[in-house]
Amino acid sequence: MKSLEELKAIRDKVKHSVNVREEDGDAIRVVVGMATCGIAAGARPVLNAFTEEVAKRELQNVSITQTGCIGICQYEPVVEIFTPDGQKTTYVKMTAEKVARVVADHIVNGNVVTEYTIGANTK
Amino acid sequence: MYRSHVLVCGGTGCTSSGSQQIINVLEEEISKQGLDQEVKVIKTGCFGLCALGPIMIVYPEGSFYSRVKPDDIPEIVSEHLLKGRIVKRLLYSETVTDDGVKSLNDTTFYKKQHRVALRNCGVINPENIEEYIAFDGYEALGKVLTEYTPEQVIQVIKDSGLRGRGGGGFSTGLKWSLARMNDADQKYVCCNADEGDPGAFMDRSILEGDPHAVLEAMAIAGYAIGATQGYIYVRAEYPIAVKRLEIAIAQAREYGLLGKNIFDSGFDFDIGLRLGAGAFVCGEETALMTSIEGHRGEPRPRPPFPAQKGLWQKPTILNNVETYANIPQIILKGADWFASMGTEKSKGTKVFALGGKIHNTGLVEVPMGTTLREIVEEIGGGIPDGKKFKAAQTGGPSGGCIPAEHFDIPIDYDNLISIGSMMGSGGLIVMDEDTCMVDIAKFFLEFTVDESCGKCTPCRVGTKRMLELLTKITHGNATMEDLDKLEELCYHIKQNSLCGLGQTAPNPVLSTLKYFRDEYIAHVVDKKCPAGVCKALLSYEIDEDKCKGCTLCARVCPVGAITGDVKNPHHIDKTKCIKCGACMEKCRFGAIEKK
Repeated sequence: MKSLEELKAIRDKVKHSVNVREEDGDAIRVVVGMATCGIAAGARPVLNAFTEEVAKRELQNVSITQTGCIGICQYEPVVEIFTPDGQKTTYVKMTAEKVARVVADHIVNGNVVTEYTIGANTK
Repeated sequence: MYRSHVLVCGGTGCTSSGSQQIINVLEEEISKQGLDQEVKVIKTGCFGLCALGPIMIVYPEGSFYSRVKPDDIPEIVSEHLLKGRIVKRLLYSETVTDDGVKSLNDTTFYKKQHRVALRNCGVINPENIEEYIAFDGYEALGKVLTEYTPEQVIQVIKDSGLRGRGGGGFSTGLKWSLARMNDADQKYVCCNADEGDPGAFMDRSILEGDPHAVLEAMAIAGYAIGATQGYIYVRAEYPIAVKRLEIAIAQAREYGLLGKNIFDSGFDFDIGLRLGAGAFVCGEETALMTSIEGHRGEPRPRPPFPAQKGLWQKPTILNNVETYANIPQIILKGADWFASMGTEKSKGTKVFALGGKIHNTGLVEVPMGTTLREIVEEIGGGIPDGKKFKAAQTGGPSGGCIPAEHFDIPIDYDNLISIGSMMGSGGLIVMDEDTCMVDIAKFFLEFTVDESCGKCTPCRVGTKRMLELLTKITHGNATMEDLDKLEELCYHIKQNSLCGLGQTAPNPVLSTLKYFRDEYIAHVVDKKCPAGVCKALLSYEIDEDKCKGCTLCARVCPVGAITGDVKNPHHIDKTKCIKCGACMEKCRFGAIEKK
């Protein structure tokens, strides 16, 4: 170890992998429906894509969890995003490809991707 | 990248309740269900709630599973880890509320705790240096080596008010500055990890859960006093702690955090492990250093103090594991932050090992000045079976008891000494109304008689005579003169023994005599043990009016001391009775009395 910078580089590299262990009330919560219906419709690749994407961008304050069946099985995979201001957005018929855009637009920049939401899909 | 981390306690408490098996089954089940790329299993140090082991916590939800059985694992994996449905039935019951699950930090066990020395225990994988670094590890060492002079380091430690956590409570900063002032070609930094008090296990848990914190602090100490070599003296009975220390030292060397020219500052420091064979006296500083030198672990008179002539006659500092675990945090957060916790003369927090008659057996860390009532009733969850609190023993065989009348005393170094006890290393054994205080004093004396090294007469012979007197009392053969003799002997041993072991050995007797003299007198004059513990003073009798003649007691008596005909009152032959209490336990009519 030659300098504090070198130490900080290691810390930053490892930090995001242990972030998951910090309980943070201000985090953006990404909740993926992982009941039988969700898994059958392909929710697992979606869940993993969120994990990868958040890690790749080294985002802090984002927690990714699963939940059971929400009751709209025909729209699975369903993903709900809760922001600290109490807003809930429900994305439906998600795919791993759509995840990158949701992370970039919604989680990073705060713009809901309207065309993927349940409102746009039930019309 | 893992989306979920499952932390399983790998401390000694949970290991003995089977956590390694849990880890094995968990890993097997996770890969069977195809989640091994998504969920990571991490073995951590102690969470503190040893009574509920094996303990497992699942992140990001923070779900706290307690008393996990291998049979529960497939359900936890398929329901929680795959589908995100927390298995509430298996959670620690206190975290389950009507409208969901609450955070572990809101439970009564953790709410009043403030974790400084234990901050990484149960959070990081102690066998991975990068996880320690991720939680600000080694930053304090880097800061000290690149920005501070040794004098500044000592000043910060002095200003923080940190006092030794191993027993005496000597100012750590002062100790360091004394060692700094003594010029020598070589100095040493030692860590006392020879935790010997019955009932204390915080040092073991820190070494098992956060070994790098101790290594980092020792390197800081080395820089402060001008030493290049450190030794950790740890007992061989702590195999998990020894193994994790070996791994931690090897990793620190690999990362250049121990060795030559650390942080390019020209400072060299390395640490060696020395295993103790488990003699209690080796926790005494001069005996510990004698043992490191390769001799029989016996104490020597002080002065000279270790700061002048310690290991191999060179200036040496010796601190306890818990003391070291506080150091990196003090450097990073500042002396003022540390001094803002605690009481006027006792700063910071203290870890207590809760044991005895209490619900939540385990490790708790609270700010100095927390009352005994808060620790026992709130954090500890009170005393089982609705029994009454009688006393708490602090400081193990060197300490004394705190009776119910001092239940509200804020615990710090000076308050405990003022009521005839001492902090010791922080073992806290809770006793209820069924405990005989004479018997407790005898228990600790048996320990010191065993552990006395034999070098000085007051301790070697004196403690033996004390034990004989105590045995005489518990057998009901003592007189009031014996009681006076016992007390006098206590003062002689205290004043004339060579080291701390002998000087403190009479404390359990003196403090029980002070607060529970009536119990001693009951043994001596009335030949009764009020708590019903001392067997020689007990007798079991059958109340003929209550006895229905069911013959159950006669059948369970292991020595055939009970006779009687069916449906007629039975009788105990007191010459045969061994007072095991089996009959009383079995009687359905409450007809058997202990007198």
